[in-house]
Amino acid sequence: MIMPTETNQLTFSKVPINEGMKSALQKDRGEIIAMVSQSGLKGRGGAGFPTGIKWNLAAAAQDDQKFVVCNADEGEPGTYKDRVILTDYANLVFEGMTIGGYAIGARKGILYLRAEYTYLRSFLEDLLERRRRTGFLGQNVMGKRGFDFDIEIRMGAGAYVCGEETALIESLEGQRGEPRNRPPFPVNTGFMGHPTIVNNVETFAWVTCILVKGADWFRKIGTEKSTGLKLFSVSGDCSFSGVFEFPMGITVAELLERVGGIGAKAVQVGGASGHCVPASEFDRTIAFEDVPTGGSIIVFGPDRDMLAVAKNFMEFFIDESCGQCTPCREGNERLLEGILMLEQGRCSMRYLRELCALGETMQAASKCGLGQSSPNAFLSIVAHFKDEILGRAPVAD
Amino acid sequence: MAEFYDKESVRAPMSQRLQRFEPPSDTQAIGALVSVTIDGKELKVPLGTTILEASKKVGVRIPTLCYHEDLCVAGVCRICVVEVEGQPRLQASCAYPITAPIKVKTHTRQVRQARRHILDLLLSKHYGECYACFRNNNCELQALAKEYGVDFFRFGHPEKPRYRIDRSSPSVIRDMDKCILCRRCVRTCIDLQEVGVLEVNQRSNRSKVITFGEKPLGDVICINCGQCINRCPTGALRANDPTDDVWAAIDDPTKHVVIQTAPSPRAGIGECFGLEPGVPLTFEMNTALRRCGFDKVFDTNFSADLTIIEEGTELLQRLHKALVQKDKMVRFPQFTSCSPGWVKFCEHFYPEFLDHLSSAKSPQQMFGAVIKTYYAKLNDLDPKNIVTVALMPCSAKKFECNRPEMCDSGYKDIDYGLTTRELAQMISEAGIYLPAMPKSDFDDPFGTATGSGVIFGATGGVMEAALRTVIELVCGIQVEDLFAHADITPVRGFDGIRFMELPIKKVGPVPELLKGLFEDWDWLVGATLKVAVAHGTANAKRVMEDIKAGGPCSECHFIEFMACPGGCLGGGGQPIPTSPEIRAARARAIYAEDAAYEVRKSHENPAIVRLYTEFLTEGPCSHLSHHLLHTAYTPRGKYIV
Repeated sequence: MIMPTETNQLTFSKVPINEGMKSALQKDRGEIIAMVSQSGLKGRGGAGFPTGIKWNLAAAAQDDQKFVVCNADEGEPGTYKDRVILTDYANLVFEGMTIGGYAIGARKGILYLRAEYTYLRSFLEDLLERRRRTGFLGQNVMGKRGFDFDIEIRMGAGAYVCGEETALIESLEGQRGEPRNRPPFPVNTGFMGHPTIVNNVETFAWVTCILVKGADWFRKIGTEKSTGLKLFSVSGDCSFSGVFEFPMGITVAELLERVGGIGAKAVQVGGASGHCVPASEFDRTIAFEDVPTGGSIIVFGPDRDMLAVAKNFMEFFIDESCGQCTPCREGNERLLEGILMLEQGRCSMRYLRELCALGETMQAASKCGLGQSSPNAFLSIVAHFKDEILGRAPVAD
Repeated sequence: MAEFYDKESVRAPMSQRLQRFEPPSDTQAIGALVSVTIDGKELKVPLGTTILEASKKVGVRIPTLCYHEDLCVAGVCRICVVEVEGQPRLQASCAYPITAPIKVKTHTRQVRQARRHILDLLLSKHYGECYACFRNNNCELQALAKEYGVDFFRFGHPEKPRYRIDRSSPSVIRDMDKCILCRRCVRTCIDLQEVGVLEVNQRSNRSKVITFGEKPLGDVICINCGQCINRCPTGALRANDPTDDVWAAIDDPTKHVVIQTAPSPRAGIGECFGLEPGVPLTFEMNTALRRCGFDKVFDTNFSADLTIIEEGTELLQRLHKALVQKDKMVRFPQFTSCSPGWVKFCEHFYPEFLDHLSSAKSPQQMFGAVIKTYYAKLNDLDPKNIVTVALMPCSAKKFECNRPEMCDSGYKDIDYGLTTRELAQMISEAGIYLPAMPKSDFDDPFGTATGSGVIFGATGGVMEAALRTVIELVCGIQVEDLFAHADITPVRGFDGIRFMELPIKKVGPVPELLKGLFEDWDWLVGATLKVAVAHGTANAKRVMEDIKAGGPCSECHFIEFMACPGGCLGGGGQPIPTSPEIRAARARAIYAEDAAYEVRKSHENPAIVRLYTEFLTEGPCSHLSHHLLHTAYTPRGKYIV
């Protein structure tokens, strides 16, 4: 059984159930999308694509079938906020999906649930069934004539890459979970070729809150480019690990103070695919325009070996790359080899520079976000902790 | 690509496909042009054109590896990345449809570095020495390494192999140590051919191309078409090469080594010697083969003509049984059986339809049986000392000649099947530059061929040849009365599936050859002969499903199937590379050769007439002909233990 997670007071706990939907169904579609746009809400999965724009594109697409997909394939190392949301506030997510369906003109929603969260499935199915019985799902939702919407739960099979939206859709279609070529994007050609919005669990929950509390409420929190509140999954060398709600734009230092992570030498913001922020840069803000994150915060205390950290992340990516594109499939392996050479004190500066250039190629030339971000941790650790990782005693064969 | 691309039917996952940009139907965007600037050159292209396609139009070369004109776009090798102004990341030009005006730069520092890195990464896993590879000098990876100035292995180079070479198939050998995971073979198999033998297994650096359950290729439902070989950028896939055995037979003075040459290799072999596609070297090849040491050089066209007589007679017999004897057991449509890839496809995927396959052997096998019986007797040779070699554009022919039932002469009808590529290798080894050879004719007694045999090499050719003969034998008229120059154009071309109807208005007398089988043709008056042609097993599958569903194909009497796109001229044994243009050029060469023949109808071939007079005296489809020239098939099914 999963232990209850430490949290501060979450906004979600104060939002009455079904209020958001009620408010939404009294508006027309355009108004809802305008409201979401106005709130400045950006995708909470980490990529930070403006939700309003995404919905607008899908609403404008001409098709008799459209889909709303909730990405609950929470696989980024160090994130578990979606698990908390689905455990405690799943209704807000289902409401958000229904609102999305109403806004873009979809009749079907799919919750793509991470294989490791299978234990949540029957609980969520019960909730959905209750919503169907009470008229919050099904035909003429909440008495709104002509608006039919239902939600189905589909399980992932444990691949990290299926958190990438096109790989997720591929997996939903029964194929090997591998990212597609983009463009076109899912808003035009998504699930089964139909316009599809894929949003994170948290994004849908915030949409519901925005419908209840208003776009201005959300917009006033955070920074100009990163509005609103955000859930953070905090772990590592700190006193309080757990899920915390902070406004966007919080500095790393402020966050560390709140979670008891003073004295840390680095913080990994955004999980394995994110960036490693050294102590010298703790005044940076966590926001899409500065250090973006999907919510994962991993604190590294003074005794952590940063090379071991980099190695752990690279091993993760070598495990999880889908293997279709060359830079990601082969590049991650070369980077890990480089780390092993560093560990044994056998990596020349010249080769290390070569590996860093390779990392940049991977960021620029990989097919999807996985390969584009997998060298981030390596590159930032090499950039900020050169003294620590270089000059290890050579190990004989 | 358009010739095979049919959005509804492609089975490859979307991640392996270019998702074509489709303008919204309610706008005027259809057919609209969009401007694009590539390396400073501006041009207008139709909406949805990829950057790669656009760059070709302005003569800008972008390197590719996983891209292939015949296949859906994967966008996985990333060698074709370019910089699109305003985009933070590089874009794969093969998979980027242009939908708005963009500016593209194809060789910035970042692009060059990325390409070099990708090549270095591929080379860090590509095991093997270029000298010891059949693709030496014809390898896309090798060519790119040169183009991008690879002078050392930046990220290392494998020192020992990781995989066992799979030599289990008589046709295709897989050496996964040379595989660069471009997945062209996977897309060829599942998408172009819709066979689906190959798939990617595992992920990340553990991923590899495998067969079902990693069984040996010889034990799965591979149809041996070899299309994957033709599209592999490296030497990871190759045909099973019997060259050493053929040389050994030539060197053995007790052996009488004869070779038959099929029509398609002649239209393609020039490409192996640096010529443009579509330059036929038929008669130069005859000289070269003799200089290599073959004792006799025969023309497969002879047995193609023989196939037409036997297969055409079988069709008339089926029609007679159905129309006159009202036999309900007769199966229509009759399927051609000369493509061994198609035959095995039918055995695996449609075993319940084997009754439809013509029992006539393929021209290759008929010839083998005739050589080891009739020819041996004629020349007083012991068939056990005759070695029959077949030059074919095909990798499946290697499987076919090893079928256990193909021994009706008392010996293996055909000992070795050579591909066009392998013969080009032998000719080079003999120090011969083929295009410079003097011309010489084929050897008797099968020397004279007809145009009908030649066109067997192109899709629709078998049907055209059969129609020429059936029209003349049955209707008693000249084909030229119906079709100018006897060119039956409705069955030509590269459309995936083609139909033709031929109403029989009047009939002539039964020719001498068929008098033993039919009294008259009156029963055919008023009938309409319906035929169809399909090439590539994906189209074959469409036809078969249509037959099952009772569609228009089920009303046909005779259907020509070729396993390979384009027919034999696009076969798995033909020179590499292949593309729609190359296949069209080869087809032009084949039809030009047909037009140049004096005799263009199988039944007028004097050697055929002689064979039926001297040897198969009871005529087509007689007891002896059934013994030597016909065969039976094996229901294989899809589930292999």
